[in-house]
Amino acid sequence: MKVSVEKSEATSRLTTLISSILSVGLALCVAAIIFLSYRVNPLEAYRRILFSAFGSWHGFSETIVKAIPLMVCAAGLTIAFRAKLWNIGAEGQLLIGAISSSWVALSFPNSPSIVLLPSMFGLSFFFGSLWGLVPGLLRAKFGTQVAITSLMMNYIAAKILEHLVYGPWKGPAEWGFPQTSKFSISAQLPRLASTRIHYPTLLFGIIFAVFLHIIISKSRFGFEVRATGENPQAARYAGISYFKVAIITMLVSGGLAGVAGFGEVAGIQLRLRMGISPGYGYTAIIVAWLSRLNALLVIPVSLLFGGILVGGDAIQLMGLPFAAVDLFNGLILLCVVSGEFLNQYRIKVKK
Amino acid sequence: MMNALETFLQATVAAGTTYLLATLGEILTERSGVQNLGVEGMMIVGAVVGFAIAHTSGNVWLGGFIAAFTSGILGGVHAFVCVTLQQNQIVSGLAITMLGIGISGLLGKAYVGLPLSTKLLRYSVPFLSDIPVLGPFLFNHDPLTYLSMILVAVLWYFLFRTRGGIIIRSVGENPGAVDALGISVERTRYVCTILGGVLIGLAGAYLSLFYTPAWSEGMTGGKGWIVISLTIFSMWSPNRALFGAYLFGGVEVLQYRLQPLGISPSLLAALPYVATIVALMFGASERMRRRIGAPSALGRPYKRGD
Repeated sequence: MKVSVEKSEATSRLTTLISSILSVGLALCVAAIIFLSYRVNPLEAYRRILFSAFGSWHGFSETIVKAIPLMVCAAGLTIAFRAKLWNIGAEGQLLIGAISSSWVALSFPNSPSIVLLPSMFGLSFFFGSLWGLVPGLLRAKFGTQVAITSLMMNYIAAKILEHLVYGPWKGPAEWGFPQTSKFSISAQLPRLASTRIHYPTLLFGIIFAVFLHIIISKSRFGFEVRATGENPQAARYAGISYFKVAIITMLVSGGLAGVAGFGEVAGIQLRLRMGISPGYGYTAIIVAWLSRLNALLVIPVSLLFGGILVGGDAIQLMGLPFAAVDLFNGLILLCVVSGEFLNQYRIKVKK
Repeated sequence: MMNALETFLQATVAAGTTYLLATLGEILTERSGVQNLGVEGMMIVGAVVGFAIAHTSGNVWLGGFIAAFTSGILGGVHAFVCVTLQQNQIVSGLAITMLGIGISGLLGKAYVGLPLSTKLLRYSVPFLSDIPVLGPFLFNHDPLTYLSMILVAVLWYFLFRTRGGIIIRSVGENPGAVDALGISVERTRYVCTILGGVLIGLAGAYLSLFYTPAWSEGMTGGKGWIVISLTIFSMWSPNRALFGAYLFGGVEVLQYRLQPLGISPSLLAALPYVATIVALMFGASERMRRRIGAPSALGRPYKRGD
């Protein structure tokens, strides 16, 4: 009997699905071993995560709350990743979106909602896309790696945020906490009754996920993006402008992440502060990846990861620190990226 | 004034040592063509493991050793995904970082706020440490700092003056040619990624065993990402890494000392990242890349026959 690994010709949807499930399953098993070493029953932990995230309306509403920024960021990431532009800067783009919309909210507190919210939204998209444009432009003009430059931009954004909330923007009546004053009521996004679901952002995320899916799979531009991602040289010979693809995809993914930041400050925090994002921009990368860069799949997958974030609070009651969530997310991403191997290769057993 | 300068320089070296050790590791890894974005995760695992072992055993050296070993294992995992499975190096590195932060949070929970019974001591080099300015700058440190300085020379000599170094650089430059000579690209990349992890782990242990010395959650606070920028900033050269590490270390020390002058510590802390983007911009042209020796095959998995 001989076992060999061969490159498979085409990937079927079924093998993709199976490899995704296997990857998540493997991550669950490894995490279970780690939980056991902490004398925590993994089945009980998983049951609690599921129950707290999906078992009650309150829990589920919180899952949606956490899924909103993930969905909005990840939807944008799918289009950049399709072009093989590894934008890992969603976190920074989110923060910049939050900062710019906070500027509007704090500068014009007495304007009516009808003016304030759209301008906050617009500015967050604008500055988020500007933050995404920098790595895109550098890639198109100088050939620098988007992954590295967008990562650096994350830290620059985080430091600007830190500077603002500790310094010039610190609210005078916040007892010295590093945060701005609370937004006026007209700068707050409406919420669904008795929950924290800021539904305008949710609707925006769903609509944009569907819209991007159609763009990527049906439009001429979507074809250009996919062609550039699969073979940039061939795409260039076919007359597709790399510059155009890089700029537009980075503008879109940056802008969406910026809007996610607007949603967080105007819908959840109601002010700008440190720690407005527990790494949504990074988790969104896992969401996009596990969705196989399919913007439509981003919707359910972001709910799953929103649930994991909510579950992270629940397992703290079992004596596990919240870091267990990072561990779990890291394991999933590692298994999913490794599982890609199963899609590209077939293991053959010959007698 | 002299004294203030001496204190500043000494603090700069202390702050720079973490950067230096980890950057040397990352240079080795990247020279072989593997991009490792898992530095932050490996470093924080090194910090927590080093502290936990040193606290329990009372032996800092054992702590440093096990820390290096554990991060080396993470390097091995990264190599498995990137080299054996030939998957996306950026995503694998990010996953390692998340994993490392998670592991450190779990392992470290029991050690938050605990003291170390033994500390890594400073050894002043006799006579040399009495030289004004230069003495405290170079000759009044702990053993790990001396080790990091020696490693600069060792790694430089190894990479540029030995056969092994040529092989590593060729694997990062043109793996196909090396493969044709019958040298294993896979094995070279594995060794470099694991050894890179070892150095990064040591850098983390330096943080928790000497620089701070204590364990607190998330204590690396983005230092791993600075290492990635330093690797580019120093253009994959150990000598320039020495300069870059102390430069960035100096910025870190200045951060809070300049605050009374009205300079925002946060904005100052953003400088290394801005500097990296600028360095990338200037260093990215094909001509420059060739001159500074950026590994051409960086980030690309090697498949025979491609």
